[in-house]
Amino acid sequence: MHDGRKPELALDEPWRNPQATPYISIRNVTKRFGDFVAVNDVSLNVYRQELFCLLGGSGCGKSTLLRMLAGFEEPSSGQIFIDGQDMAGIPPYSRPVNMMFQSYALFPHMSVQDNVAFGLKQDRTPLKEIRERVAAMLDLVKLSPFAKRKPHQLSGGQRQRVALARSLVKEPKLLLLDEPLGALDRKLRESTQFELMNLQDKLGVTFIVVTHDQEEAMTLASRIGVMNQGHIVQVGTPSEIYEFPVNRFVADFIGTVNMFAGRIVDEDSNYVRIAAEADGCTFFIDHGVSASPNAQLWVALRPEKINIGREAPADTRENCVQGVIDGIAYMGDVSVFNVKLASGRMVKVTRPNLIRREEDTLTWDDEVWLHWHPASGVVLTS
Amino acid sequence: MSRGSQLPLGDRLAAGPRGLTSTLAQLPPLRLLLNALARLPLSGHHAVIGLPYLWLGLFFLVPFVIVLKISFADQLIAQPPYSSLVDLATEGYISLKLNIGNYTFLGSDPLYFNAYLKSVEIAFCSALICLVIGYPMAYAMARSDPAWRGVLLMLVVLPFWTSFLLRVYAWIGLLNNNGIINNVLIGLGLIQEPIVMMRTNFAVYVGIVYSYLPFMILPLYSTLEKMDLTLLEAAEDLGCRPLKAFFTITLPLSMPGVIAGFSLVFIPALGEFVIPDLLGGTETLMIGKVLWDEFFSNRAWPIASAVAIAMLSLVVVIMAVQKMLAKHAEASQ
Ligand SMILES: Nc1ncnc2c1ncn2[C@@H]1O[C@H](COP(=O)(O)OP(=O)(O)OP(=O)(O)O)[C@@H](O)[C@H]1O
Ligand SMILES: [Mg+2]
Repeated sequence: MHDGRKPELALDEPWRNPQATPYISIRNVTKRFGDFVAVNDVSLNVYRQELFCLLGGSGCGKSTLLRMLAGFEEPSSGQIFIDGQDMAGIPPYSRPVNMMFQSYALFPHMSVQDNVAFGLKQDRTPLKEIRERVAAMLDLVKLSPFAKRKPHQLSGGQRQRVALARSLVKEPKLLLLDEPLGALDRKLRESTQFELMNLQDKLGVTFIVVTHDQEEAMTLASRIGVMNQGHIVQVGTPSEIYEFPVNRFVADFIGTVNMFAGRIVDEDSNYVRIAAEADGCTFFIDHGVSASPNAQLWVALRPEKINIGREAPADTRENCVQGVIDGIAYMGDVSVFNVKLASGRMVKVTRPNLIRREEDTLTWDDEVWLHWHPASGVVLTS
Repeated sequence: MSRGSQLPLGDRLAAGPRGLTSTLAQLPPLRLLLNALARLPLSGHHAVIGLPYLWLGLFFLVPFVIVLKISFADQLIAQPPYSSLVDLATEGYISLKLNIGNYTFLGSDPLYFNAYLKSVEIAFCSALICLVIGYPMAYAMARSDPAWRGVLLMLVVLPFWTSFLLRVYAWIGLLNNNGIINNVLIGLGLIQEPIVMMRTNFAVYVGIVYSYLPFMILPLYSTLEKMDLTLLEAAEDLGCRPLKAFFTITLPLSMPGVIAGFSLVFIPALGEFVIPDLLGGTETLMIGKVLWDEFFSNRAWPIASAVAIAMLSLVVVIMAVQKMLAKHAEASQ
């Protein structure tokens, strides 16, 4: 929805340019806690003014990676460069980095405005300037009426905004935000997202944001890094991650997907035919695949890329399957159909509600055909 | 919690085993009593809280009232060595004679004022020394490996397993002119003559600081251990060096512990008798010792009682101040 402001447009996609120098360069970084490997051989470049989102399940090492960038943990091996400088041995207070903590870490004995002013005071900023900048920042996060309160007198969302304001007020070159907007209501979240992007435009800040919210990652990020069990599995723009996931984990983690297991039955340089025998359908994919014949493959099919209807498609040999509607969820903008195939598996299909009230609407227990375009399925080898 | 447990005690008595009590409750005297009880704000909670109050009343308030009574009596050479306040001598009158002379005497003899002053000074300095020694210890304990904390805590309270008196006596053996410390120093050739440590204020300080240090460490440890360490990370992240972060974050947040530890050392040290008696000399004039002398050497029970009451008042004032400070420290978090 904020597409027009997406930073990648202004950025001109530096990650596609081999000459571009990254602002942050993480090289083969591993972090072990005893025997446990929390971050496993991660290499990653982030460019100036990017808004990089780290996405991944709970406990996959996102916070640990951020903490290494901020300097609270030393990598067990590997190197981190920020602006060309090796960060090894540089304490947190000397790094050009501010972090917003997942637990907020607000100083309980200081008022909201003292919390926000804390970082500026450390730099011996003139008092007058501190007052102005704190006031402006509190205005931004809509906390001005609460300036004199202590953190324990605030709601969860208000505390989160104080933490955000405290990390933003120093206008650092690199901002690390660990779940910055999780506790905010939708409206406030959108306006804060908007402000984050404004800030990025205005100050040229580079962001690394950890989030659980895919939609947030999609709207905010110039690029997304998907993590799983300490590894970075895929890095790419939101559309790359969504439309071209590299494996089943990413496809499954980002958005909803119907996964069909199958084998190649016929292939050429510009097409491939995959039979999903268990589900009784054949996929015709309009591009070649580099996989050994007979190897197990998966085809990922997003719910919105499947057509649903009572009539059979013209060609019923491939890229279609028959089923019975088992459930319908009305979501307002779209309806989600759960279709039961003959094999017993469920397939999710979404269809936009184009008309307010349809005459001959699909309903429970209707026999339907599902069919899709040859370019819709994503072939995954792992 | 069920409704029943919050019924006033009187109501519940009245609602007891039906047949008997309901008829009994109809009888005028019992009905009046039950009505009166029902009107009192008595409940299960009060009964639970009431027990310790009863204990305190019996073993603190009653002796206190007795001491208060004696402090207003005349000194007699008799058994007991003080006069009775209530007199039935005159026919048809009960006379109550309060002798405030004991208190005015405290004011007139500078001995007492000096003893109070010295006690406050010694108690205050001891608490301060305990704080200076105890804070780093508590800090180190709270930041040590969690597996070790229990052991360290155990070591701090270990001295309580031997008698307090015994431990103070042990210090005599250490501090004496021919005690262990002097013998070792002379043996090493560092000194020729023994250093006089026994019967000085120094020995009293050593004794008090040694005995009361655990009372400083324990509350400090518990506040420091509870502290959220990400606060320090946040401070560092915002450009604050670790030493400054200690003074702006850790120290203010540990204030409740500092106040608690300080009062736990200061208040008992104020009335300390055993340590100044065993380790102190004539220069250590502490109020606890004065009190002892008045009671047992001079048999001046009324004066001694007045000394005790005056000290209690002093402690009450100090505790009120401490409570205020603690409330302030709490409110600022
Ligand atoms: N100090 C530590 N000692 C031991 N294990 C740790 C430590 N810190 C983190 N871990 C482990 O490392 C893993 C990664 O933790 P991390 O906090 O980075 O997860 P995360 O991706 O931020 O998860 P979440 O989304 O739930 O915040 C977890 O399994 C955690 O248990
Ligand atoms: Mg985390």
